[in-house]
Amino acid sequence: MNETAEESAGAGPSQRSVEIGVAATIAILAVIGIIGALRVGTGWSAEGPRAGFFPFYICIAILISCAVNLAHVLRTENDGAVFASWDQINKVLQVVVPTAVYVGIIPYSGIYVASALLVASFMKVLGRYGWAASAAVGIAVPLFTFVAFEKWFLVPLPKGPLEHLLGY
Amino acid sequence: MEDIGNLFHGFSVVLQPYNIVLMVVGIVLGVIVGVLPGLGGANGVAILLPLTFSMSPTSAIIMLSCIYWGALFGGAITSILFNIPGEPWSVATTFDGYPMAQQGKAGEALTAAFTSSFVGALFAVIMITLVAPLVASFALRFGPAEIFSVYFLAFCSFVGLSKEPPFKTVASMMLGFALGAVGLDQMTGQLRLTFGFETLLTGFDFLIAVIGLFGIGEILLTMEEGLSFRGKAAKIDLKVVINTWKELPRYWMLYLRSCLIGCWMGISPAGATPASFMSYGIAKRISKHGKNFGKGEIEGVIAPETAAHAAGTAALLPMISLGVPGSPTAAVLLGGLLIWGLQPGPLLFTEQKDFVWGLIASMYMGNIVGLIVVLTCVPLFAAILRIPFSVIAPIILVLCAIGAYTVHNNTFDVVMMLVFGVVGYFMKKTNYPLAPMVLAIVLGDKAEESFRQSLLASQGSLGVFFSNALVSTIMTLGLIALFWPMIQAGLSRLRGGVKGPRTAA
Repeated sequence: MNETAEESAGAGPSQRSVEIGVAATIAILAVIGIIGALRVGTGWSAEGPRAGFFPFYICIAILISCAVNLAHVLRTENDGAVFASWDQINKVLQVVVPTAVYVGIIPYSGIYVASALLVASFMKVLGRYGWAASAAVGIAVPLFTFVAFEKWFLVPLPKGPLEHLLGY
Repeated sequence: MEDIGNLFHGFSVVLQPYNIVLMVVGIVLGVIVGVLPGLGGANGVAILLPLTFSMSPTSAIIMLSCIYWGALFGGAITSILFNIPGEPWSVATTFDGYPMAQQGKAGEALTAAFTSSFVGALFAVIMITLVAPLVASFALRFGPAEIFSVYFLAFCSFVGLSKEPPFKTVASMMLGFALGAVGLDQMTGQLRLTFGFETLLTGFDFLIAVIGLFGIGEILLTMEEGLSFRGKAAKIDLKVVINTWKELPRYWMLYLRSCLIGCWMGISPAGATPASFMSYGIAKRISKHGKNFGKGEIEGVIAPETAAHAAGTAALLPMISLGVPGSPTAAVLLGGLLIWGLQPGPLLFTEQKDFVWGLIASMYMGNIVGLIVVLTCVPLFAAILRIPFSVIAPIILVLCAIGAYTVHNNTFDVVMMLVFGVVGYFMKKTNYPLAPMVLAIVLGDKAEESFRQSLLASQGSLGVFFSNALVSTIMTLGLIALFWPMIQAGLSRLRGGVKGPRTAA
């Protein structure tokens, strides 16, 4: 009966499968770390422990704790708990995807233009604001950061073609 | 009483007009950071850290520590008015703070919360003033083995004291150490774990990790929960403040107990969040009005707020006296010290008197300024939360990106920030604690260095960590902390009267 309650709240990937996925990912990172440590040497040399000594044992410790965590997940019964409903995952992706695009175009467009696009499209699509409001805030935010960082704090931020056109 | 003289010298540094302005700016920024979801003390300080590179270290630490105090104050505003904890350590404040606001007593709840925060912080600062110089002068005698044992104790306490499953804490902590090890090996000058990627030469910067894990990760969580802010109106006038203040001295016992819990939990790296819950739980059990807890009892606001602030402040004690931060935010401040070219640890007290005592004096002043700012500006800060999340979220993303970029003026760091953000989201959702990971990235190099130096001296024998009374004591304490859940279970079984065959142990 518990299951039906969970169903109505929204289906999604089970907590169990995500737990397994996270533990496995960490274990893979640990194996990569062990390979890297073996490459630089994990033993002793004339000047003491080699560079790989510390990371090697750290990664072994990660592997052991991942094994325990995995065993724990596998031993407990699947209680039907959901990691997040598809609807929730959809919402999270609505942030992750635009942010990934944002991060990806910063080196080419500079941070100001990218930020304007991010803020405006966020407001337009997720906040359902009109064009005027979205554009106004979208332009105001980078303009303010420009004045704050380039003028007051003298911290240069990445610039693109538009800023070059304007002579910066 | 040389320390008192030093403290007064510190006050003279802090009271320069330029530093007072920085202090107010820091508090205001801090409260905003504390009020907004997705921006907490740790990543707020991390984002603003690059702005201070050109300042003198003393001015910089004044501003950054004030951001920290502001964030501690700010968490209470959202808890009480919106039933949304702006910070994890103010979760316990929502239990009674929000019901009070619903009953139209928001002003009383806020006044009690801010005053309690102030009392907790003041208690912890006085403790720091008295204890830190002693600890530092004691720690001056530490060799590599002792230094490693202190790190060992700090990290073991995480495993034993955190609510998360111990092996998840270990996994996340060790992952932090592994990430911290990437790049140039400090001792041999050799490159390691870079696999030929040039971007990994400098390793993973913990500031990027903090901004991603706490900032971006938090936004993703907030988005998933689909928050809508429906807050209570806030009005604080002088009459309410004075009437509440008249009532508060009655709870002196509660204050004292909460302060002590906070200080203890703050020094051990358990931090402010468990401190606030523990203080709330104990107050509920002891208080005469215990049954009213959860329905708008003022004691239920005082207890967690006092303990959270005492813990948040006490977390700076091990940072300035030993170089071991007690919380993620303290870790970011410690990272700041390294960037400004200061070596955190006991030597600070002898070599950087201006800096240390300036910092301690700014703790006193910052909390006084903070109390005044929050009491007078609550409606203003509450208004920030009425801005819809679809406007605030992209602005926070932009701020995080700027913060990540300015650490090394590198756009690849912004990509790493997003990666850490997604990682943080998954770790949070699967109960892997983030704080030990961040601390391990910060302290990894130093812990490893002291470990290898000790082994070098002993020709590889682990016996060096039990070679004298001091180091053995600290290591034993560490082991006790590490196995604390098991020890506790064993003790309660003994007390429960179950006759075990192993009672001799």
